Amino acid sequence: MSIIQIIFLLLSVMAVGSALMMITSKNPVNSVLWLIVVFFAISGHYILLNAQFLAIVNIIVYAGAIMVLFLFVVMLMNLNAETEPIKNRRLQLIGVTSGGALMLIIISAVSKIDVEQLVQINAGDSGLIKVLGMNLFKNYVLPFEISSVLFLSAMIGAVVIGKKEEIDIKK
Amino acid sequence: MDIKAYIILSLVLFTIGIVGVLVRRNAIIIFMCVELMLNAVNLLLVAFSKMHAMSTAAKASANFASDAQIFVFFIMVVAAAEVSVGLAIIVMMYRNVHTVDVNFLNRLKN
Amino acid sequence: MNNIFKLVWLIPILPLLGFLINGLGRKTLSKTVSGFVGSAVVFASFVLSVLVFIQVKAGNASTIHFFDFIHLKSLNIAFDFKIDQLSSLFLLIITGVGFLIHVYSTSYMHDEDGKDFAKYFAYLNLFVFSMLLLVMGGNYLIMFIGWEGVGLCSYLLIGYWFKNVDYTNAAKKAFIMNRIGDLGFLLALFWLISKVGTIEYNQVFTAASLAKLSTFDITGITLLMFVGATGKSAQIPLFTWLPDAMAGPTPVSALIHAATMVTAGIYMIARSNALFTLAPITLNVITIVGLATALLAASIAIKQNDIKKVLAYSTVSQLGFMFVALGTGNYVAAVFHVITHAFFKALMFLGSGSVIHAMGGEQDIRKMGGLHKHMKITSITFLIGCLAIAGIPGFSGFFSKDEILAGAFSHSPVIFSLVLFAALLTAFYMFRLYIITFTGTFRGTHDQEHHLHESPKAMTLPLIILAILSVVGGFIGVPEVLGGNHWLASYLSPVVKSASHHLEHSTEYMLMGITTVLVLISITFAWVKFKNYKVSGESTGLGKILENKWYVDELYQMAIVNPLKSISAFFNNIIEMKLIDGAVNGVGKLVTYSSRQLRWLQSGQVGAYVLLMVIGMLILFFIQLFL
Repeated sequence: MSIIQIIFLLLSVMAVGSALMMITSKNPVNSVLWLIVVFFAISGHYILLNAQFLAIVNIIVYAGAIMVLFLFVVMLMNLNAETEPIKNRRLQLIGVTSGGALMLIIISAVSKIDVEQLVQINAGDSGLIKVLGMNLFKNYVLPFEISSVLFLSAMIGAVVIGKKEEIDIKK
Repeated sequence: MDIKAYIILSLVLFTIGIVGVLVRRNAIIIFMCVELMLNAVNLLLVAFSKMHAMSTAAKASANFASDAQIFVFFIMVVAAAEVSVGLAIIVMMYRNVHTVDVNFLNRLKN
Repeated sequence: MNNIFKLVWLIPILPLLGFLINGLGRKTLSKTVSGFVGSAVVFASFVLSVLVFIQVKAGNASTIHFFDFIHLKSLNIAFDFKIDQLSSLFLLIITGVGFLIHVYSTSYMHDEDGKDFAKYFAYLNLFVFSMLLLVMGGNYLIMFIGWEGVGLCSYLLIGYWFKNVDYTNAAKKAFIMNRIGDLGFLLALFWLISKVGTIEYNQVFTAASLAKLSTFDITGITLLMFVGATGKSAQIPLFTWLPDAMAGPTPVSALIHAATMVTAGIYMIARSNALFTLAPITLNVITIVGLATALLAASIAIKQNDIKKVLAYSTVSQLGFMFVALGTGNYVAAVFHVITHAFFKALMFLGSGSVIHAMGGEQDIRKMGGLHKHMKITSITFLIGCLAIAGIPGFSGFFSKDEILAGAFSHSPVIFSLVLFAALLTAFYMFRLYIITFTGTFRGTHDQEHHLHESPKAMTLPLIILAILSVVGGFIGVPEVLGGNHWLASYLSPVVKSASHHLEHSTEYMLMGITTVLVLISITFAWVKFKNYKVSGESTGLGKILENKWYVDELYQMAIVNPLKSISAFFNNIIEMKLIDGAVNGVGKLVTYSSRQLRWLQSGQVGAYVLLMVIGMLILFFIQLFL
């Protein structure tokens, strides 16, 4: 077992375990924190793949900005384990079963592929900021600009939705 | 590394996301599960990009393998926008009905 | 070819115009205007018909082509008019008698509302139009259009007072009976088209076309045509509608149900004489049916007490005479009788209308009597009509009836004696009617007696004209034996070829003598029997059967209507209600039930939806990958 594989396995176990903890913990605050762990694990994978830019962006945007936003909302609403409504046991069972079945079926389908394709690990410059930047600002400059408009509209939308309604809803 | 390892890892994460959506009723947790699914897909995309970097075509063009990572970048952009609006909606919902239980909002029924 | 033929299209178009004017303007036109328009258009047609007749008489028969009506690959039916001796004669009767009846109607219908009055004239004009189309058509299809048109108008006019349910039922009865006959006619046309490939008179009656038809074809076609004729001309078994048709206004009875429409069957057979001559079986059937109808209707007429019913059965009986004439191959005699009958039967119907008018709507002759002193013109003209129909020498009926009798005698003495018997019955019941109605003492209420009056000029004038025609109308066909040259027969000879019957002059004299004497005896008998008529109680035995019209209506009711009703009830209650409704409702119930079950899936809970989506994906993957 090479060091790479060991790191891969460690990161994978960390990601999957944290994800399972996320969906099983009663307290939403814990869920948020476990999800941050998942994101860190995934960023680790990115580094392993030598996709440095995405690893950093993932940490900054996801683990940093977005998850803080989640945490902020959870705390704002003062949610805790008691507020979690009890779900129908049978439905939960069905959910887990069907999800597991879906996973199994796709994995079995993937394992049918007999070609061996390797992934470039810890090498290659395709994930470097320089290459990505050139590509982004040369070939993808229009989507990039449009995404700024998307952000603007999302911001306005969030403000409009979150604004306290002046008009009484019952009216 | 074999690409299958990444595929299976992504699938497991993705399925955990699906199961989370199915079994939880807290809107915020469901939302987080959606984020998890997005990230699983992102991981797979990056893995595929690095798989293509091994191919001979990648030698000809420097941009060849980085397209998928640009794609991931845009997914993150969209996810960030989505989260801002989605959380706003959840806050709004909480303010009106004082719960984040998705089953409470079953007005679609009638 | 003469210029007048270029105007032939005006003859039917004018009444159609009148129909449109009166029909569309019925709410705005005053009675005077609509009555004038209605009569004037028919009069204009009459004038044109006279001009046409003069041309035809000079030998200018012609077929006028207007346009191709139906143009198919192998079938070409033109819209054209055939103006020849036969149709020009009928044109005269239709427009002439029709005009008189229009004039009469302006007075008779004067109590109607302005709207109904115009409606009445619109229908009457439409009828004249259809009837003209029927006789002028150059092929069977145009005839059929007119044939249906007159049936429709008959229906509309019988049901003119449609607020009375009985009248509406009578109208429906007439229409349905006619439809049965029409079906036969239509089938005959299809048969003809399939065998000969054309229905133009000019082509069908050629030797080449007739040669294409086997004996079976000809017999079938002519029998089917005869079925059509029985419907329209009220023969057994489709005759019961005609007496009921008296529900319509009296002038309508005179025009449609005595003078013109009911003779359409005669016209059709006379027109197709080339076919019928080749079908001896059909001719025998026609003779038997005509004879049976003549006897049956005459026997019923003896015991009827409704003045119009008597005349109606008399019409049926006279039509039977005409069919006997057709059946014995004596087409000219049939046409001759159509003409004379149109005169005297229209006269008597209008006379009865005059009586009913005076009696304030009363039609029961038991409540009349002694009307002669109150309404002399009506009485005298009616008497002329009776004399004509009875066949007193010198009157028109004598000549035409004598010709039928002579034809029957040359055919078979048995037929002759039966026809003679029917003729004697005719004389008897007509004079019974006359004596009970016009002589003796008045049996109605005092009020009615007070109101008795002679009808106005517009009504008496047509009566007088028709009376004159009833007297002299017979002179167009004075037989050779009486020193005439039978103008009608020679006039019609290009179109209608009668079977020749040559009797010894002495035999003919003898027949005439016997007939006249017997008729006179019959009249005397009626005079003696009904001179001091008293309303008697219920009749018994044969009288009761006759009073109830041989129970024919009841028989039809039992044998045809009731089984049909029960079959319909079966279809309605079992097939429709249970089967079809069951199937339809069952589908509805199934959908409702299944959707009620499926509704549980739509819980409105997002989680459940996502779960279903995942399961769906699962199934799709499974199918894609492993099946």
